[in-house]
Amino acid sequence: MTSLIHPSDSETKQVARTYRDHQRPLWQRILFSRDVAVWAALVVVYLYASATVPFFDRPITITYLLLDVAPILLIALPMTLVIITGEIDLSVASTVALASVSFGVLYDKGTPILVAALAALLVGVVCGAFNGFLVTTVGLPSLAVTIGTLALYRGIAVGLLGTTAVTDFPDTWTDWARGRIGESDIPSIMIPFAVLAILFIVLLHFTAFGRGVYAIGLNEGAARFSGIRVERTKLLLFVLTGVVSALAGIYYTLRYGSARGDNANGMELQVIAAVLLGGVSIFGGRGALPGVIAGVLLIGAIGSALRLADQTADVINIVTGLLLVVSVVGSSVLGWVSSKRRRRGGPGAQSSATSPGTSAPGVPQSDTDTPVGEREREDR
Amino acid sequence: MATAAPGTVALELRDVSKTFGQVVALRSGSLTVTTGSIHALVGENGAGKSTMVKIIAGLYRADSGSYELFGEPVDFRSTAEAKDAGIAVIYQEPTLFPDLSVTENLFMGRQPRNRFGRIDRKAMDTEARALFDRLGVAIDPERPADGLSIADQQIIEIAKAISLDARVLIMDEPTAALSGVEVERLMTIARALRDEGRALVFISHRFDEVFALCDTITVMRDGAYISTDRIADVTVDDVVRRLVGREVGELYPKQPAAIGEVVLEIEGLNRAGVFHDVDLQVRRGEIVGLAGLVGAGRSEIMQAAFGVDPYDSGTVKVSGKVVPPNDPAAAIRLGMALVPEDRRKHGLVLESTITRNITMAIRGRLSRAGLLSARAENATARDWASRLEVKTSTLDTLAGTLSGGNQQKVVLAKWLSTKPDVLIVDEPTRGIDVGTKAEVHRLLSALAGEGMAVVMISSELPEVLGMADRVVVVHEGRITAELSRDEATPEAVMFAATNTQGASA
Repeated sequence: MTSLIHPSDSETKQVARTYRDHQRPLWQRILFSRDVAVWAALVVVYLYASATVPFFDRPITITYLLLDVAPILLIALPMTLVIITGEIDLSVASTVALASVSFGVLYDKGTPILVAALAALLVGVVCGAFNGFLVTTVGLPSLAVTIGTLALYRGIAVGLLGTTAVTDFPDTWTDWARGRIGESDIPSIMIPFAVLAILFIVLLHFTAFGRGVYAIGLNEGAARFSGIRVERTKLLLFVLTGVVSALAGIYYTLRYGSARGDNANGMELQVIAAVLLGGVSIFGGRGALPGVIAGVLLIGAIGSALRLADQTADVINIVTGLLLVVSVVGSSVLGWVSSKRRRRGGPGAQSSATSPGTSAPGVPQSDTDTPVGEREREDR
Repeated sequence: MATAAPGTVALELRDVSKTFGQVVALRSGSLTVTTGSIHALVGENGAGKSTMVKIIAGLYRADSGSYELFGEPVDFRSTAEAKDAGIAVIYQEPTLFPDLSVTENLFMGRQPRNRFGRIDRKAMDTEARALFDRLGVAIDPERPADGLSIADQQIIEIAKAISLDARVLIMDEPTAALSGVEVERLMTIARALRDEGRALVFISHRFDEVFALCDTITVMRDGAYISTDRIADVTVDDVVRRLVGREVGELYPKQPAAIGEVVLEIEGLNRAGVFHDVDLQVRRGEIVGLAGLVGAGRSEIMQAAFGVDPYDSGTVKVSGKVVPPNDPAAAIRLGMALVPEDRRKHGLVLESTITRNITMAIRGRLSRAGLLSARAENATARDWASRLEVKTSTLDTLAGTLSGGNQQKVVLAKWLSTKPDVLIVDEPTRGIDVGTKAEVHRLLSALAGEGMAVVMISSELPEVLGMADRVVVVHEGRITAELSRDEATPEAVMFAATNTQGASA
């Protein structure tokens, strides 16, 4: 009898079947991914705008573009993980404001600025933990919870400072927030962003925890049965979102030299739009961080180009909105098409379904599957 | 009102078949029901009863065979067409609109209108009261459906069927969730409907009810028709023998294994309303079969032991170490593995790859310094896929595109890769083809031979009898019998599972 669990060396060598790891070679899997498509779109927009929009090709444009999108870039990192688990956090912009106000008020009252910053981060932890508690322990839907805390955190932020603002922050800090790395055109804030981006990419794509995040988004039941601690994972992600939002809040305060209750108003929508544009499925389970980063930069570049071309904020909003709708609808249509092709078993039957992000969630599997499921349930 | 004279053939199916992909749900089903009679339809889980009912109800269309209603061939494309033709199905758990009143539920979608075109509440109310009077039940038509007992909900479904003048009523395990008194009331109503000249089909696992209520009985096994008799001509023993039928032979290649020390120890496990005082010991090398009817609480017991379901009291130990409650990760670490009953909901991530599925429970173990490499995942997945002979060419195929049998192999691979001491398999061969079934059985036998403790939950009696060293029978959340391989006859297990002899209330 061949031992199934503890095969001897000779047995492992004579494998009955051979399997290839992938259906398509690496270059195809990379080239035809959603992430590359978003990066390509970014390059196209950048080149087109450089050629047609006056001043867009100046280095200063890149500097200001990155300064502007830095908070969105930061928050999009944990937000990606939250959305991949199938949840959402709409309270991020309010957390930015609450952290900003806490930071400002504490500093105004004479607290050392470093302590005030740490306290603001703590506020972010508390905001995220509260969201996470309501979603995981109480079991409420995150959409409802974070709509509530969106109003709540913003309300507290405005209540603390009223219509006033704290504006006199030390120059060393505000200069750093507005400054660049050495002689380059890259803002200093990109250093902490790069560190965080690497951390989040490793966490999501190269750890057991990250595998769990995807599994939760695709099938929470199976994740739980596989020993993945679903509640703990989600709670941690909400806390991470809270603390990174607070960090973005501190940056926002220093960059504009102003702690106000209405800081970052509406930013949650920009963050979520960028994450979805970057190829993350709103239904969970799909997407990757490189695409998200490109998504944020794409939205930022389009906004910046339109501003330089003297368009109003309304036009920018309309274009961003359209882009989002097209990208979400587009991925659904792609998924639908690929499922049709798979049904017929036509050429490249499974090709488009295997790269994350291209096929829409909830796409039915092959024909035989659904009835088999029916059959399994028939005797209940 | 049903007009045909008693004894006319109301419903006749001949050699009906239905397949889903590779799975044959119904090979050759036949059923003849006459007016003015109650016809019992019995068979094990998976014998094809429900598939046949769904064909009758217009939910499925038969692949082949004939289906006639009062002598006219029919081919329903929807449940609405079947309903219009006078067919009503009462399910085990009716689905009413909980927030609407009883009357509103009765007339859903066909509310009577008054002359202003508005819903005529008065007419609705009058007719509802008349219906309940006729059935002799006291249900307030104005109360909301929410909070009604399952028995009362079934009565409402029956009342709905009568008001639609259904000529053929099919009751799919209606008594499974009813108490003694409620069963009596349902039987009284069924007899009254029979005397009105309607044709009734009664599906049940409880032979005492079948024999008390029905006039004729049809037995099904393995998706095929076996026999039809007048109830007076057969005994319970006859029926059970036909139900189990086949030789317990090659499909169950059970190897004798050396039985070692106790590995899994469950003591006094309780969960209010679900299972009570469950004690279970499983030894190394042993396959313990958990038999019982669907809904007896077998899966719930094992899921609680594994930590995905809660329990109120009791302890679970693996190799002498206590398994903490509600913590599947800890259970896995201590050497437990559970292949769940619902493969699509709990077993697999269908939209993920074979590799990711196989390595899901050992993500942590594959990590080096906290990092997980695709190389390590692929190597492990390749190893396990080939040991279980998963039929696919590439490892990044989505699990959802595999056949049922291959999906089950992926789930088994996922759990065997954790190198468990205790393997719990819940309905391991449900919905998979016969060839793969035998492979799974060989695998389980081999695993036990290597010293694994195996708990197999199965509603297929031949599987339990063919594979288990010891059969533990669960009835309504309690262990009612523990039989050695020699003692475990189909009759003994069936009696303990239905608790026909015991004081079953």
